[in-house]
Amino acid sequence: MNVHWPPIRFTINGETCEVHVPPMKRLLDVLREDLHLTGTKEGCGEGECGSCSVRMNGELVNSCLVPVLQAEAAEVQTVEGLAQQGALHPIQEAFLKCGGAQCGICTPGMLMAAAQLLARNPHPQIAEIREGLAGNLCRCTGFMRIFESVVVAAQEKSADPITEEARLAR
Amino acid sequence: MSTHATTRIVGAPVPRKEGVDKLVGRALYVDDLQREDAWYGATVRSSIPRGIIRSIAFDRAVDWSEFTIVTAKDVPGENQIHLIVADQPCLADGKVNHCEEPIVLLAHPDKHKVREAVSAVKIEYDPLPAIFSIEESERQDVIVWGADNLLKSFLLEKGDLDSAWADAAHIVEGEYRTGAQEHLYIENNGIIAEYDAERGVTVWGSLQCPYYVFKSLKSVFDLPEKKVRVIQTETGGAFGGKEDYPSTLACHAALLAMKSGHPVKMVYDRLEDLAATTKRHPSRVRHRTAVDANGKLLAMDINLATDGGAYSTLSSTVLSRATLHSTGPYLCPNVRVRSNAWATNMVPYGAFRGFGAPQAIFAMERHMDEIAAAIGMDPIEFRRRNFLHDGDMNATEQVMREPVILDQLLDRALKESDFHAKRARFAHENDTNPVKRGMGISAFYHGSGFTGSGEVVLNSLAGVDVTPEGKVRVLVSNTEFGQGTNTILTQVAAEALGIDYSAVSMAPADTNQVPNSGPTVASRTSMVVGRLIERASLQLIAMLRNSAGLGEKYTTEEFFAACERFRAAKGEVLSTCRYEPPPGIVWDDKKYHGEAYPAYAWAVYVAQVAVDTITYSAEVEEFWAVQEVGRVLHPVLAEGQIEGGIAQGIGYAVYEKVVWNSGRMANNQMTNYIMPTAEDVPPIHVFFEQIPFRYGAYGAKGIGELPHDGPAPAILNAIRNATGVPFNSIPLLPEDLFAGLAASRSIEEPAAL
Repeated sequence: MNVHWPPIRFTINGETCEVHVPPMKRLLDVLREDLHLTGTKEGCGEGECGSCSVRMNGELVNSCLVPVLQAEAAEVQTVEGLAQQGALHPIQEAFLKCGGAQCGICTPGMLMAAAQLLARNPHPQIAEIREGLAGNLCRCTGFMRIFESVVVAAQEKSADPITEEARLAR
Repeated sequence: MSTHATTRIVGAPVPRKEGVDKLVGRALYVDDLQREDAWYGATVRSSIPRGIIRSIAFDRAVDWSEFTIVTAKDVPGENQIHLIVADQPCLADGKVNHCEEPIVLLAHPDKHKVREAVSAVKIEYDPLPAIFSIEESERQDVIVWGADNLLKSFLLEKGDLDSAWADAAHIVEGEYRTGAQEHLYIENNGIIAEYDAERGVTVWGSLQCPYYVFKSLKSVFDLPEKKVRVIQTETGGAFGGKEDYPSTLACHAALLAMKSGHPVKMVYDRLEDLAATTKRHPSRVRHRTAVDANGKLLAMDINLATDGGAYSTLSSTVLSRATLHSTGPYLCPNVRVRSNAWATNMVPYGAFRGFGAPQAIFAMERHMDEIAAAIGMDPIEFRRRNFLHDGDMNATEQVMREPVILDQLLDRALKESDFHAKRARFAHENDTNPVKRGMGISAFYHGSGFTGSGEVVLNSLAGVDVTPEGKVRVLVSNTEFGQGTNTILTQVAAEALGIDYSAVSMAPADTNQVPNSGPTVASRTSMVVGRLIERASLQLIAMLRNSAGLGEKYTTEEFFAACERFRAAKGEVLSTCRYEPPPGIVWDDKKYHGEAYPAYAWAVYVAQVAVDTITYSAEVEEFWAVQEVGRVLHPVLAEGQIEGGIAQGIGYAVYEKVVWNSGRMANNQMTNYIMPTAEDVPPIHVFFEQIPFRYGAYGAKGIGELPHDGPAPAILNAIRNATGVPFNSIPLLPEDLFAGLAASRSIEEPAAL
């Protein structure tokens, strides 16, 4: 039996999209299976590890805990939306330089958490960085290089939104 | 070799080879691969720890005609996962020996339906008595493996232990225990398999050792080598947890693929991964040590036991490394180490970063502090008096032929951490503060590469080739799972070839394309495999000079032009090398005597802790790690390795507890298996001393496992210093601190260190 699901529309990385899926389908699965944006990862499926973190209407959410119907009319940003016109976002540049990514599986979620932190607080103290990333588990780095990446990104320029000015400043 | 041999690329912080792919979300992990025609697999597992399978029934409410069902009867070859000993069935056949043992496999086009169907398979058992601890296994009342439950044992002897006790001024005994630890890679285990009558079996997956998986598939499917192909996908953390388990999962997915006629994807969810896959071996180590009046070690009698779980997996080699690291980096004339790996009905334990060494070093380094306390000597001074030096012989009577700089590492660790001043200040402040602070230390070494004759047996083959498209490729089966394999091996090749870093890439980790350069384990990639790539690259340059007119000095462009001349004349541009042991390596596997490892990495770690005597939390406030790992190939990656290992070690010490319920993991969720978060990990200060090892790639020794060895004893020694109470078991959680501190208050106030 084929059910025709009513459309759910939202903005993904600046582009509008429409999906016809069960409304309780996890946003994570819609991103990965229906929109083929596999940069967002599943680590635990219960909101503990933060690997599936995306930004939704300016909030950081665990996409494994969000039914897609809640994304109706929302603006969703995933890791695929960080780099612009082939240029890495300052936080991505900083991760590359400082060794913020090792195995890379927590990285997309960690980048979204870091981008969210810097959007809210362009020059965070180390304690604020720790708190801002506490919902994202990394098993490889021990977090030191990730903290350094955030500090470097904050020094480079306010990391969000990405302006032409920010890119020139780098 | 000088410490600062001039290199262009080795030692420089070049960008991680696959870094951009990981940062933009383009790197493809196994679950990211989508196949339109794929079915999904699931596993029906044992619900009891030991018993005879009486019946397997399928609930009539499910239309099983939609499913592919696989049992042991469907295995075309040998129903064994081939690792060291062939004792572990690919699928249980008639009996089960641990909870979560795989019995039935299901595949279906809908991944939700296949998961739901697992509970519709009803298995009835005749239970048999099961055992869950080292003590139950060594009593041998219930035999669950072989004739005596003994998976492996070793005896290591030096000097004359029995006559050494008479000269002792002090004899100190202690017992130390370590618990299971979960790897908690953030990417769960996963495999996609395909079967084709012509091409045989192909698997893609998250794994460390393509040729281990290859070996198991070959025997389970009874196929010739050319009909088995294993391809590693981007791997989201491993830490040893993807050394042996992927062999089982790959066989499962491939069995379903063969029977269903579809590619089959099996990606575990976190619950299944935690419950069913391997963990670090729990251990119990007993020390009896004789010390003379000057604080010199006279004799060490060590009895080491591990719980191996229901099947042997890698327990024998884990026990070997534990045995060889159990005496620490100390000189002692008389030693006996008796070690046993015991079978139980626990889920089989397996490889985990450090591979037995963290267990043995926890015991040794805690014991050093207890000896120091018993003889009234400062634990720093006691260690210093007993350190190995150049020319000394360790417990296997291996002469330390390379420089040993433990004193220098210790001095630096004390200075960087301001150890003595802080310890004195804390002792003063602790009198009036409910938060008790303390400083603790650990000193240790970690052998690089396979033990003894292991590297000779592996006989690794590695190389470089040059494609017609003008790309140098590193040909190895060693894999990247975060630790930096891709980056350091391409650095080594670019350095030795004298060309740009960007001109070198890794060939895919695909058994159809790369030779068997051994597994990616045992801190062997930098030192052993890196050296093979260095040699193969230098050999290629010699070939180009001899046959293709490459000059003494050349640009990257001139290098590739010479490669094309070589190709026109000889057909392919390929240079391979086989492992050759450093000269003078003699190892007696029967006596456990001789050169256990070609090189050791050395370290001294310091922990500063705060124990809150109101909340009973033990917080690591700061951590210092000083090590000598030979030449550092990449400063950023090397520091990242050390920091990550220390964070795991902190988890091992004071956060991570596997809760067992009759052989089943009770806390198989990230909600209640707790690893250190960004708010828990303290500032970690990393320092390297560099002494190039002449037989490692550009002087490199092993680095990956070392940092997991030292944190737990340093932290528990710091807690000892803070509270005056010896805690000899990890993990040490607040309830354990509460119990220990309460017990000590009811007896007496022991002397602080």
